[in-house]
Amino acid sequence: MGTETLQKTPLASRCEMSGGKMVDFHGWLLPVQFAGILAEHKAVRENVGMFDVSHMGQLFIEGKEAWPFLQYVSCNNIKNGPAEGTYFHILTEQGTIIDDAIAFCLSPEQFLVVVNAACVHTDFEWLTKQAKKFGVTVRNESDRWGMIAVQGPKAVETVNCMIPGVEDLPRFHISPLTMFDAEGYVTRTGYTGEDGVEIMLPSDKIGLLWDELLKHHVTPCGLGARDVLRLEAGYLLNGEDADQTRTPYEANCGWVVKLSKENFIGKEALVAQKAQGLKEKLTGFVLTTPGVPRSGCKVFVNGEEKGVLTSGTFSPLFKGIAVGYLASDVAVGSEVEIEIHGRRVRAQVVKPPFYKNRV
Amino acid sequence: MYNQENCRFAKTHEWAFAEGDVAVVGISNHAQEEISDIVFVDLPKVGQKTEVGKNCCVVESVKSASEIYAPVSGEIVEVNEALNADPALVNREPHGNGWLFKIKMANPAELDNLLDFNAYQATIAK
Repeated sequence: MGTETLQKTPLASRCEMSGGKMVDFHGWLLPVQFAGILAEHKAVRENVGMFDVSHMGQLFIEGKEAWPFLQYVSCNNIKNGPAEGTYFHILTEQGTIIDDAIAFCLSPEQFLVVVNAACVHTDFEWLTKQAKKFGVTVRNESDRWGMIAVQGPKAVETVNCMIPGVEDLPRFHISPLTMFDAEGYVTRTGYTGEDGVEIMLPSDKIGLLWDELLKHHVTPCGLGARDVLRLEAGYLLNGEDADQTRTPYEANCGWVVKLSKENFIGKEALVAQKAQGLKEKLTGFVLTTPGVPRSGCKVFVNGEEKGVLTSGTFSPLFKGIAVGYLASDVAVGSEVEIEIHGRRVRAQVVKPPFYKNRV
Repeated sequence: MYNQENCRFAKTHEWAFAEGDVAVVGISNHAQEEISDIVFVDLPKVGQKTEVGKNCCVVESVKSASEIYAPVSGEIVEVNEALNADPALVNREPHGNGWLFKIKMANPAELDNLLDFNAYQATIAK
């Protein structure tokens, strides 16, 4: 398929001008890398980098029952204090994962839900269907917004020059902002394991922010670096590490499930699974011999197949790292073998995250 | 060291440089640019027999794995151990210290089936 049929973000031409090597990501034309994945990884871990995340979706939930509705479609407790954000999973009745998302409380009757690009339509249809039981509307504004994630130990101080006061925004909080004569939002969030912010502006203004960040020597980063950073931080890639065949318990996200909540979609299934116990769970692996593990590689214990990788990469910090579904009877700390290109290499079972930071 | 003008190239971007009946094998500058940050090279075993076009080595970048095909038939007689400690040598010196392995050629006439530098350049020109 030619790249001309792909959807373009409002930053696509700027990404190409910055040297971005553009690829097809779930139907979107996005940069996989600029100067190089290792250099971009280093920029985010040690300084500041930026990502075009305009492909991500923005759904607005509005109405008197906005919060009870979100409580019903989320397995986590959605915070409803002013400006608070909550990471959560949208589940099927079977308790399996449709998407992972963040809900921000704009007012008691209005929430902004930021969802994965590949799931925008599925999420929108699912939420719209559920909304019929509540007095709420679901609006898909994904095409209206551009979004840039600015990440790294220097991210907040850099952005503070452009958005004064952003340094006082607590983690997982949202603030409205006015920039380039347009209304937008800034959130103290990201998917890299570093501190940082994500800024949403209307599509026709987001390019001006990109230009401003370039002037402040923020390193443009692509999907390649983003994947290494999120895997090091132990974050799920929905569609790879989780999908509609896996529950949050299996995906090592039990902390997102609040069974103490009165009712939510998928609760019964999760209660049953918790009682039964898990056959498999998403687990981390660190190679103890050289090699680069990849999605699809099989995991063996004493010659017996016990699991399969869903994400793997070369980490500049930890060398070969991966996550995958492993039989529950294999304990953390166990020595296993991973088959890469027909060769078996040794690895150790670990509990993610690989990279632990203050955020 | 192995000047590209004196190398023979496979369409799959490997080069071969003849030293008597031994061919030194590496990947082209174009290939290393496309692969970018090389982080691991899974080298063949010394003594291993290989044939033209057979996958005998894997070059890994952060993002992907690239199979390397033998440009000539023969036996692997040496591998570049320096790549175990510094795989990025392939990026920095694809025609020098970033060579991959050496093949004792079963049939040196196979070199004639490979492209010369100019013909290879023409295949990668956009």
